[in-house]
Amino acid sequence: MRILITAASAAAVLFTTLAAVAADPVNVYSYRKEELIRPILNAFTEETGIEVNLITGNAGELHQRLKSEGKNTPADVLVTVDAGNLSRAKEDGLLQPIKSEVLEKYIPEHLRDPEGYWFGLSKRARVFVYSPDRVDPSELSTYFDLADEKWRNRLLIRSSTNIYNQSLIAAMISEFGEEKTQEWARGLVANFARRPQGGDSDQIHAVEAGEGDLALVNTYYYGRMLASDDADERAAAQKLRVFFPNQDGRGTHVNVSGAGVTAYAPHKENAVKLLEFMVGEEAQELFANSNQEYPARQDVAPSKEVASWGTFKEDNLNLSVLGELNKEAVMLADRVGWR
Amino acid sequence: MTTYSVLETEEALLPSPVGRRRRGFWDYVPFAVAALVAVPVVVVLCHVFVPAGEVWTHLAETVLGRYVTNTIWLFLGVGIGTAVIGVGTAWLCSMCRFPGRPVFEWALLLPLAVPTYAIGFTYAGLFEYAGPVQSLLRSAFDWGRGDYWFPEPRSLGGAIAVMTLVLYPYVYLLSRAAFLSQSVCVLEVSRTLGRSPFRSFLTVALPLARPAIVGGVSLALMEALSDFGTVHYYGVDTFTTGIYRTWFGFGEPAAAAQLAAMLMVFVLALILLERSSRGSRRFHHTSARYRQLPGYALTGVRKWLAVSACLLPVLLGFLVPFGQLGAWTIATADKMLDASFFALAWNSVSLATITAVIAVCVALLVAYALRLRGTVPMRAAARAAGLGYAVPGSVIAVGVLLPFAWLDNRVDALARDWLGVSTGLLLTGTILALVFAYLVRFLAVSLNTVEASLGRVTPSMDGAARSLGASPGRVLFRVHMPMVAGGLMTAGLLVFVDVMKELPATLIMRPFDFNTLAVKAYELASDERLADSASAALAIVVVGIAPVVLLSRAITRSRPGGEGP
Repeated sequence: MRILITAASAAAVLFTTLAAVAADPVNVYSYRKEELIRPILNAFTEETGIEVNLITGNAGELHQRLKSEGKNTPADVLVTVDAGNLSRAKEDGLLQPIKSEVLEKYIPEHLRDPEGYWFGLSKRARVFVYSPDRVDPSELSTYFDLADEKWRNRLLIRSSTNIYNQSLIAAMISEFGEEKTQEWARGLVANFARRPQGGDSDQIHAVEAGEGDLALVNTYYYGRMLASDDADERAAAQKLRVFFPNQDGRGTHVNVSGAGVTAYAPHKENAVKLLEFMVGEEAQELFANSNQEYPARQDVAPSKEVASWGTFKEDNLNLSVLGELNKEAVMLADRVGWR
Repeated sequence: MTTYSVLETEEALLPSPVGRRRRGFWDYVPFAVAALVAVPVVVVLCHVFVPAGEVWTHLAETVLGRYVTNTIWLFLGVGIGTAVIGVGTAWLCSMCRFPGRPVFEWALLLPLAVPTYAIGFTYAGLFEYAGPVQSLLRSAFDWGRGDYWFPEPRSLGGAIAVMTLVLYPYVYLLSRAAFLSQSVCVLEVSRTLGRSPFRSFLTVALPLARPAIVGGVSLALMEALSDFGTVHYYGVDTFTTGIYRTWFGFGEPAAAAQLAAMLMVFVLALILLERSSRGSRRFHHTSARYRQLPGYALTGVRKWLAVSACLLPVLLGFLVPFGQLGAWTIATADKMLDASFFALAWNSVSLATITAVIAVCVALLVAYALRLRGTVPMRAAARAAGLGYAVPGSVIAVGVLLPFAWLDNRVDALARDWLGVSTGLLLTGTILALVFAYLVRFLAVSLNTVEASLGRVTPSMDGAARSLGASPGRVLFRVHMPMVAGGLMTAGLLVFVDVMKELPATLIMRPFDFNTLAVKAYELASDERLADSASAALAIVVVGIAPVVLLSRAITRSRPGGEGP
């Protein structure tokens, strides 16, 4: 036993020494897919010389991994694709507050945690994509209006298991209260053209094919179709239009992909550097162009496809609210039969 | 999940009475191994004792009914579907002669190499309203929305169909091995007593092959129950989607684990029910006479019926999805295929090989120990270890993660206290932990297969060898292993193919910057870039084909007394 302990400690010492000799890296756990985050991390390594190690995964499972690894987690930065996920990580004590002038200067206040636990890096709006042949733009107004009977059998939207829909419901709850939102969701479900299925791209294709008239989707899915290599995809997308709802009210519901520094980050300094790099112009342009999102920074332009939809008024609701209301939103969806 | 050996008879044959026997290797080691593999299942089950009252009321009031109904339909549909296709084609290929049979023998296994989500995406894409088939119909007949009826591909029926198409090979594989190993004497007896070939099949061959058929169907069903990707994409709410939603959506692990426990109890109950309905029947052969199988030559209409019965599953389960993936791969090749692609393939293949070898060794150890001493704790540990296959992959992965991380953090704390150094995470996030997770997921596959092969070896063999003075270990190496070599190979190849396709555990357990083909395919597909994901999915299929073909040859050769008809 004693020999084993000695051997183990010798190995441990050796490991730590070896690790100290190599330059400190920064370790990233990301819910954002590798294809979409790697280019930005590579740009960071090129500029700073700091190596970035990456694990990608689904929000729920990676969250669980970070949580069970506890104080010994190797992760420094958590990158996620929805504010709801970020605030859940904050609630579970997986993140730490960061004070950074750079981050505070460039990221608008409603796109980051009030206490600095997480920061939004790119934006997406949840909008209507509709067929101009079957929908008169004057019919369109708000999310709330979609519960109206005139939309019976015309709406396309994915399952409420998806976090984007959960966050939309949470935003509705914060505006209208639970009771009125439930009434709205019930009306919305009654108007579905088909049982929720597939992803956002599938909803857009279904509008194009005529299975429904209007799809409720994230902007980048439509942006990607417009910018597709495939001529058929581009042609299909060009037959449709985008509408930003709630322009006379609170503004269109937006969400972010964002990041925070983990509570027990072994390389905190590098982690903050990476976050600051991600709001730099170069990284923001990569965010915008690799996935057709809106940069979090106001002074960086979106891609030409996204820019073609014009500017819009966005809901300035602080996104941390979405996380707080997430569970309520999922239960509400269950109650109204939005599968 | 099934023991086919005859423990009672065996005890009588063993040289030393149980009471006086010295306890040794075979009493402890297999039990310890099985118990270790069962830990994650137990970890998940332990959440049952955490109260989750409020969530349960909510679930029961709103969605639970739907989860139960859908799961039962899925269960029945896939169960009946895989049994009919699997047993039917296995019988045709083992006992009848018709054009193309030598090709069908192995081609019928090919759908095994296709990941369920890949076939799911393919058919949804082809048959959905916006897809090519319906679009063509609409333009040909000038129909609009609502003018015609077309089955909805993303539905419960659709999910049953695609799962049946990729899962029937489990039944085909095991029942074919059983048909081939049946002594032809019993069939001849049946024929000389005036039974028609078909009646002989129903009343003699089928009941004799029952353990193998049940083994195959239960593998197919467990895989169907644990599938998340397909049912989620098809918009079918089952227990599995419910477990995900409750755990990762509500953030309620306790309630989710309780749902998972219900699922496990359901599976266990069915296994026990089947076992008890078997009563005291025995399934091994006592005659050593193996001659050429009859090979009924089919003619006329029956010949073509047989050909189409074998062709359809191959066409729908393999050729169509393979074609679609191939077309997408060609279209995206220049941007998707680069050097890193081969690194992915290497990772997948090496993980699958390592796991396959370990899984077969563990299965052999456990199965032989069950045969030798089927004590209650041993059997309980083996069954619990095999349950990992029926639980959704992510849940079992968390079940693996929790004890590993706990152990790592304890070791770290001790090292800090005693030595003043931090060991960090020694196991979590290593390949070792990942391989263990695979073992937990897929032990049922190898155990089922190895047990089925061992069950066909008559206990008189053990008795004879033991009475000649061989130790249990020697009997295993010198007598059983050569006899069940085909079964071991089958087990290893099945695990190999399963690990190639495995996703949820890989995703959550893997080390930094370590990707596999399945991870790559999933990342792109879940980002709704189906065409881009095709090359990785296609590579999984292609790498899987080689073992599948080997598998078929191993089975054909495994027949005692030479080749099949």
